[in-house]
Amino acid sequence: MARALINIPPSPKRGEVIEIRALIQHPMETGYRPGPDGKILPRDIVRRFTCRFNDGTGDELVVSTEMFPAIAANPYFAFYMMATGSGTLTFTWEGDNGFAQTETVALKVA
Amino acid sequence: MRTRLSSATVQTGEPVAPGRRRMLLALGAGVGASVVLRRIATAQTAIGTPDELAAAIRNYTGGKPVLPGKVTLDISPIVENGNSVPVTVTVNSPMSATDRVSAIAIFNERNPQRDVANFKLGPRAGRAAVSTRIRLATSQKLVAVAMMSDGTCWSHGVDVIVALAACIE
Repeated sequence: MARALINIPPSPKRGEVIEIRALIQHPMETGYRPGPDGKILPRDIVRRFTCRFNDGTGDELVVSTEMFPAIAANPYFAFYMMATGSGTLTFTWEGDNGFAQTETVALKVA
Repeated sequence: MRTRLSSATVQTGEPVAPGRRRMLLALGAGVGASVVLRRIATAQTAIGTPDELAAAIRNYTGGKPVLPGKVTLDISPIVENGNSVPVTVTVNSPMSATDRVSAIAIFNERNPQRDVANFKLGPRAGRAAVSTRIRLATSQKLVAVAMMSDGTCWSHGVDVIVALAACIE
């Protein structure tokens, strides 16, 4: 399991637009770079990141990202969500070589 | 101008009579100008990538016209380290149910691949702004394109100078 850091405000007000930040530990090997033996290292990147929110009434997309090798190592994303109510945020990363990780964070609206 | 002319005479390496000197000076200036012209010509063929950039954007928008405005691509104009460059794309949009940004994409001119990242903003996205960190292989142009829910596309391009390139070769 790669280390993931997820940052959301601890107690936003209802209707407030909150910033969500998510980072995951990953080398994001581009596939254009030679290794110590001079051969090109095979590509190994996270291809997709998705953040969804479920407030109990249904699962809705917040933001999803398709990534290319130009994304820096340890991909970091920051984006905004309208906090209409409490619920669960689900963060999913999928990538090369079967890389898949899911994290869930509870959002509590004051 | 003066330095180039004097260097041309030095290269001949022999004392020259005034009449011949004037001719050599003219010759030197002509050679210098042609070298400069040739450099510009090769530089243009090497840069050929603006076409690729335009093609990548066309491919993304599906051939729709891309208008300048509404989008702000926020990146430092001088980048010290191309391995991790913070970028933020902000789009001027109320993000209401009917008038919102549906997708944002970032493109580059001179990395090995034109695409950087494609974002989709879902119904829960509260503000049309995304930030990430990217790699830049060299000094180049970056373009952010936003697709609105009404189907229009807007963009903003920024030229950046990269001091230390991302290690890709």
